[in-house]
Amino acid sequence: MPTLTVDGVEVTVENGATILQACEEAGAEIPRFCYHERLSIAGNCRMCLVEMEKAPKLVASCAMPAGDGMVIHTNTQKVKEGREGAMEFLLINHPLDCPICDQGGECDLQDQSMAYGSGTSRYLEHKRAVKEKNMGPLIKTTMTRCIHCTRCVRFATEVAGVEDLGALNRGENTEIVTYLEQALNSEVSGNIIDLCPVGALTSKPYAFTARPWELRKTESIDVLDAVGANIRIDSKGQEVMRILPRLNEDVNEEWLSDRSRFSYDGLKAQRLDTPYVRKDGRLQAVGWAEALDVVGAKLAVTDAARIGAIAGDLVCSESMKALKDLMDALGVANIDCRQDGAKLSTATRSAYLFNTTIAGIEDADALLIVGSNPRLEAALINTRIRKRWKKGAFPIGVIGEQIDLNYGHEYLGAGAATLQEVAEGKHSFAEVLKKAERPMIIVGQGALTRNDGDAVLALARQVAETTGMVTGDWNGFNILHTAAARVAGLDLGLVPGEGGKSVPEMLDAAAAGDLDVVYLLGADEIDTAKLEKAFVIYQGSHGDAGAHAADVILPGAAYTEKDAIWVNTEGRAQLGLRAIFPPGEAREDWAILRALSDKVEKTLPYNTIDQLRAKMVEVAPHFADIDVVTAAPWGEFGTAGAVDAAPFTNPITDNYLSNAISRASGIMAECSAAFSGKVEEGTGTNG
Amino acid sequence: MSQVIATGKAFEFTPENVEKAKVFIAKYPEGRQQSAVMPLLDLAQRQNGNWLSREALEYVGNFLNVPYMRVLEVASFYTMYSLKPVGKYYLQLCRTTPCWLRGCDNLVKVCEDKLGIHNGESTEDGKFTLLEVECLGACVNAPVVQVNDDYYEDLTPESFEALLDKLAKDEVPAHGPQVDRLNSAPEDGQTTLLEKAGDA
Repeated sequence: MPTLTVDGVEVTVENGATILQACEEAGAEIPRFCYHERLSIAGNCRMCLVEMEKAPKLVASCAMPAGDGMVIHTNTQKVKEGREGAMEFLLINHPLDCPICDQGGECDLQDQSMAYGSGTSRYLEHKRAVKEKNMGPLIKTTMTRCIHCTRCVRFATEVAGVEDLGALNRGENTEIVTYLEQALNSEVSGNIIDLCPVGALTSKPYAFTARPWELRKTESIDVLDAVGANIRIDSKGQEVMRILPRLNEDVNEEWLSDRSRFSYDGLKAQRLDTPYVRKDGRLQAVGWAEALDVVGAKLAVTDAARIGAIAGDLVCSESMKALKDLMDALGVANIDCRQDGAKLSTATRSAYLFNTTIAGIEDADALLIVGSNPRLEAALINTRIRKRWKKGAFPIGVIGEQIDLNYGHEYLGAGAATLQEVAEGKHSFAEVLKKAERPMIIVGQGALTRNDGDAVLALARQVAETTGMVTGDWNGFNILHTAAARVAGLDLGLVPGEGGKSVPEMLDAAAAGDLDVVYLLGADEIDTAKLEKAFVIYQGSHGDAGAHAADVILPGAAYTEKDAIWVNTEGRAQLGLRAIFPPGEAREDWAILRALSDKVEKTLPYNTIDQLRAKMVEVAPHFADIDVVTAAPWGEFGTAGAVDAAPFTNPITDNYLSNAISRASGIMAECSAAFSGKVEEGTGTNG
Repeated sequence: MSQVIATGKAFEFTPENVEKAKVFIAKYPEGRQQSAVMPLLDLAQRQNGNWLSREALEYVGNFLNVPYMRVLEVASFYTMYSLKPVGKYYLQLCRTTPCWLRGCDNLVKVCEDKLGIHNGESTEDGKFTLLEVECLGACVNAPVVQVNDDYYEDLTPESFEALLDKLAKDEVPAHGPQVDRLNSAPEDGQTTLLEKAGDA
């Protein structure tokens, strides 16, 4: 633990810390471009120069380890001149195009040249120009602006695990390109836009649409996967202009997946902005009063046993609670939030949570992945796994589809039979797990949505128990959800009541004519063809599969348009805030259900969202503990039984089209065409 | 466009080169075999007519289990790897100060007049490529032209022209000084240390 003096302040830092970190500890601000806390040290921008006593020259503080007794000065004339010199070099080839640069106003180079530059230029020669590079549909390049800090290259190589980005040539001819100038194929590629300290890499969809100082910034939660990444929604007027990640060490660090970052244009397309009722075979726009009357009348005259309710993947906790309360009041037992038919029960909370927690992955020392491709289902959990794997001594086994994971792993087998072998200790990987001190298992929805899901869950539990995954202070049993709404739905008890039907049973009953009314709360990932005979009420934000099958449409708010609590796969309740108002006549979802309850004379006992949340806390106390994971006690779950020989199939096939918002997004459609290998044949002459 | 040129023809080390590659790889400690990327690129370049095609780069990448981008970074950083086809005789003409003072401009002119190629160009028959380079480190024998691996030193326009004539006929004359002297010894015989050791 070296102790050193920075500007007269004595600080003690960890062994291996750099001078830059020591300076930050001492409260001295050090300018930097290439240095980034989460990436390896490059030391090539030379902006972080500080003066060290007894050293002949200024030292690059980011690359110099802190030593005991060092005396550092960060504010001397020599340092000032050194930084001015470094800045002058960086600006030699940097164009003066700030007025037409998207980075303007949030540019490290701009800010730091104001703070540390000399203010004038002595450079009269020509500047170099570099051709723009193709990096795919998400990243716009203006490589003339590049200062070669190589943050993007290091991110792609180290965090994203794609070795396609690199710096070619040398000296003044250095260029950052992808191999053969192909699109950068990574599910977290958008982060290099945030990392770029200049305007070389900017967002293609956001290009020239707004200036940072015009944007209203709202801190919220992402819902396009079950990670619950912390986001900042930047809006201008009533339009979401872009979505950026927000720092949360426990969840997303400072990264965001491409799906979550770039689906925002889907919030403007395919929106349900007015209530519709099907008249004469056609959906016709009506007022709220009429739509609610139609629904209320239908619910009032239908036998409770012939009503069903399904909650979808992007539904907030509040509206699920309101739906559950309404259905309870009507005596409806057919209610389910497990749209995909996952065989999860609500009896034991730890049975459906990512108990290890996302940050906890870094403490694990062996991993078994079952029926999941975390790269697509939870890209940021995948980067955590990769981060842990890079530290070494982290054997990873995969049961399920053979997938391209960006870390080394051992492929064990395709289906439940292999899992059984591991559970019974007959597989060599069982020994690996047993030897590990803190082993963990991740069970994906691909393993649980099958008919034998309950038996597979029991096997996973057996693996956890026989290999010592659950000890006093360690719980290595993890369910990886794909839907942001799922954990909250299970917490709030949106599962069939006594004699109630689950989602597949409801669909079959509706197809057979045994279910008359189906209430879809944002449920789109179901086989809507089976709902033809039933009277379908769709409440949600987007005109996706559910709305197409509907007889009444009640327009709701998307996640950017309401205050809501979301519970991620870890069971962490997080508060999302409203950035803009819902379009047209659309309303917040819980309020729609509250209004509907009046029509059926079962008025729900809350008039404000706070009263509703108080009710939620009564059922599930952790809803009161925002941002905190409450450890769930281990308990009984799963039913041992025969397992099917069929291989596990992963739930997400197209990373960019996994939910209604992304499916409405033009950017995501482009990504899907570029990366998922599905080229749609155009009609006509194809250009 | 990308700097990498694909030929469409598969590239593979000859059996002798595979053996050589194994020798290079064996020089590095266990787990650090990727360090052999530079000698292997050189080997591939020699086998591939003095340049590295996409196929050759990717073959080396696969051979060492190094991502293609990392191989390309190395190949594009060092000037001794060519990413474009070059002539059979790759003329690297030194133009740094000593060679320039000793008349390298005249040698450039010979190339331009005789072969019709300028800096960076190749003759149409694919025989010669001219590249002006910085110091080759043989200033005492300036001006110098490197032909493939060998230095031709103390050149005059006449002797350079004669050299090109011979190369055009695929005769490769002895490399080294093209005047009457041994290596960098004085041209008209020794001027110092005339006495033999022990004579004094």
